[in-house]
Amino acid sequence: MARIGVFICHCGENIAATVDCPKSAAALAEHPGVVVSMDYKYMCSDPGQEMIRKAIREHKLTGVVVAACSPRMHETTFRRACAEAGLNPYLCEIANVREQCSWVHSDREKATQKAIEIIRSMVEKVKRNSELQPIHVPVTRRALVIGGGIAGIQTALDIANAGQEVVLVERDLSLGGHMAQLSETFPTLDCSQCILTPRMVEAAQNPKIKLLTYAEVESVSGFIGNFKVKVRLKSRYVDIKKCTGCGACWTKCPARKIPSEFDCGLGNRTAIYTPFPQAVPNKPAIDRNNCIYFQKGKCGACAKICPTQAIDYQMKDEFVELDVGAIVVATGFQVQDTDVYGEYGYGKYPDVITGLQFERMASASGPTGGKILRPSDGKEPQTVVFIQCVGSRDPSKGLRYCSKICCMYTAKHTMLYRHKVHHGESYVFYMDIRAAGKGYDEFTRRAIEEDHACYVRGRVSKIYPQDGKLIVRGVDTLLGKPMEIAADMVVLATAAVAQADAKSFAQIVGIGYDENGFLNEAHPKLRPVETATAGVFLAGACQAPKDIPDSVAQGSAAASKVLALFSKDELEREPVIAKVNEITCAGCWACYLACPFKAIEKKEIRDRAGKLIKRVAYVNPGLCQGCGTCVALCRSNSIDLEGFTEKQIFAEVMGL
Amino acid sequence: MSEEFEPKIIAFVCTYCTYAGADLAGTSRLKYAPNVRMIRLPCTGRISPMFILKALQKGADGILVSGCHPGDCHFTHGNFHARRRWTVFRSLLNFVGIPQERVWFSWISAAEGNKFAETINKMTEEIRKLGPFKQYQQLIEEMETPAKV
Repeated sequence: MARIGVFICHCGENIAATVDCPKSAAALAEHPGVVVSMDYKYMCSDPGQEMIRKAIREHKLTGVVVAACSPRMHETTFRRACAEAGLNPYLCEIANVREQCSWVHSDREKATQKAIEIIRSMVEKVKRNSELQPIHVPVTRRALVIGGGIAGIQTALDIANAGQEVVLVERDLSLGGHMAQLSETFPTLDCSQCILTPRMVEAAQNPKIKLLTYAEVESVSGFIGNFKVKVRLKSRYVDIKKCTGCGACWTKCPARKIPSEFDCGLGNRTAIYTPFPQAVPNKPAIDRNNCIYFQKGKCGACAKICPTQAIDYQMKDEFVELDVGAIVVATGFQVQDTDVYGEYGYGKYPDVITGLQFERMASASGPTGGKILRPSDGKEPQTVVFIQCVGSRDPSKGLRYCSKICCMYTAKHTMLYRHKVHHGESYVFYMDIRAAGKGYDEFTRRAIEEDHACYVRGRVSKIYPQDGKLIVRGVDTLLGKPMEIAADMVVLATAAVAQADAKSFAQIVGIGYDENGFLNEAHPKLRPVETATAGVFLAGACQAPKDIPDSVAQGSAAASKVLALFSKDELEREPVIAKVNEITCAGCWACYLACPFKAIEKKEIRDRAGKLIKRVAYVNPGLCQGCGTCVALCRSNSIDLEGFTEKQIFAEVMGL
Repeated sequence: MSEEFEPKIIAFVCTYCTYAGADLAGTSRLKYAPNVRMIRLPCTGRISPMFILKALQKGADGILVSGCHPGDCHFTHGNFHARRRWTVFRSLLNFVGIPQERVWFSWISAAEGNKFAETINKMTEEIRKLGPFKQYQQLIEEMETPAKV
């Protein structure tokens, strides 16, 4: 026989103002199965919880209904109180009489009637609740970090420094990401390489970090604490165990006119190459599509010169399987194609370049050795026009969002330019200056006041060449006048966009993405690091455009989430999962096909002789998330969802 | 009838979107008709047609099924299962003589407290116009007292 306790909270005046709590308690006391029914000013307070605990012990309650705020608010609190009094926490249910009753109605009589019905319905449900035990899932204490940019490096270092193992996967030849391409960084103007490369080396040398460069994640299966990841190690055609990184091969390589991706096409590289001299690991790879040996069948210069016989033209892609407990996605961003702005003539006029190309030019290790030179004739530009919001905040070009970093890096570019070309004039066409951040506004003011950048609020409509110059035609909207500037070079602050393959990658990992291809966090404010998939976290610009401090901060945040997960041997999960009745299951596999989490497995039932009797569905408790889609689909009613069983729901409906 | 008919509406909602949306309507102190009773489920994919029948049997005059917007389901695609099932079941109800105007479907996200309040108000008015749902009770009465030959 059920012995249910009903506890109705006044929530100060929040509930009591519109719901007659003593009357509701009296009404529920009459309900069959209810042995104790009381109301109190603040049920969630310590005396309130003590009332519940005392009643459980005194009346030997078999179920508790707390009529209070939303279960999303205090379900955990009250369940814990029940557990403390020795009642299984899953025998406690919350009747939501605040958010969904007292706060939304003004008629006291009707609200009271509604509250009574809500509580009654919950009493009927709780009578059919059963004792559930939390599910324990073992945790593999090894993290996978995907992406070796600054966010990924930071995450990997933080996890490794806390003593846990990390596998860091980078699809390019070297760690570093976009930060390695930058010249100096705002707002301090310290050199990007100087602050990044020590971190790269640290990551490579940390005994807890296993570094897989030139590798891509092929597939991810499993669940929190127990992921299985398949990684493709792309063939470099160079055995990195033998290679010493001496550089003899790339000095000998005859294919020398290949535009360097790292230098954004401003410089050239060889077919066997490392992307930049400070690469980690500093081991080359052969670019098959441009290698004379692979294209024409003869050359082999690198193999002949290599002192350690590290070149292997027969090398194939390899695959490794990894068991990891958590995944951090730090896959970064890319710069938008400038094709959408035909009027700016990028690609047509060599002196129209992107911000990232300007970074390479300004970098001391870049193709011009840090000198600002026009790509067309190698002369120092005397007038440079910078155009902001190229792509960003322009719905007609498909991007509605702000790329966040461009205001700051354009201000930085004007300063770098002025520091290198003392008499140079710089103009910046902008829409708004967005310089929110520590020391950021001061930085843009410095560009204007000390380095004499001329900021023009307005857009550029056209760029065309005339007498060796680029005529930039725009409008100054503050003066309300059209403007024409004869520039030597134009720098476009192109939008930061999601990686081209972000969507297919998100599907591999099983996480969401937004309309722009940026990966989705679980909650934009309160869970910015987690994804909707438990055990998968985000760091850096794969989530949205971010600057370096933000990426690093999120990298550390992701690491702390991973470490919290690794702090226990086992994970405890809510036991709200599906359960199969193996006697009635006919193995039609409707559930197997419908399950969004691939949690349904085909289980064989054999007799003592080992003869197969039948195959039935089995729910993997580690994978099941408890949505109940399989339950509603099951034709023979052979699956039920713990905590929301058919019996419970029917009782709830009948209690109304 | 001297008193105005007050319809009884039973809403089957998912906990991640519509239930949270209803909570938001509460925290925003929006006022709506007190005619709705909520049944909280993990996902709309959990909603079996039998629940709707049970609710009608219990005396509901209107049924609402509501969950996350397409693409927003916490369980990736439970709401698509719900929609498909609901579409078929609704026409089946219509076929057996239960007006399909009594069974509603909506997408209400956790951020749409307003939409929740509006939906409930609109639905209460529409169902009020339809009048009480009596067919089920009549059927039960007829079965208990067979028609005279």
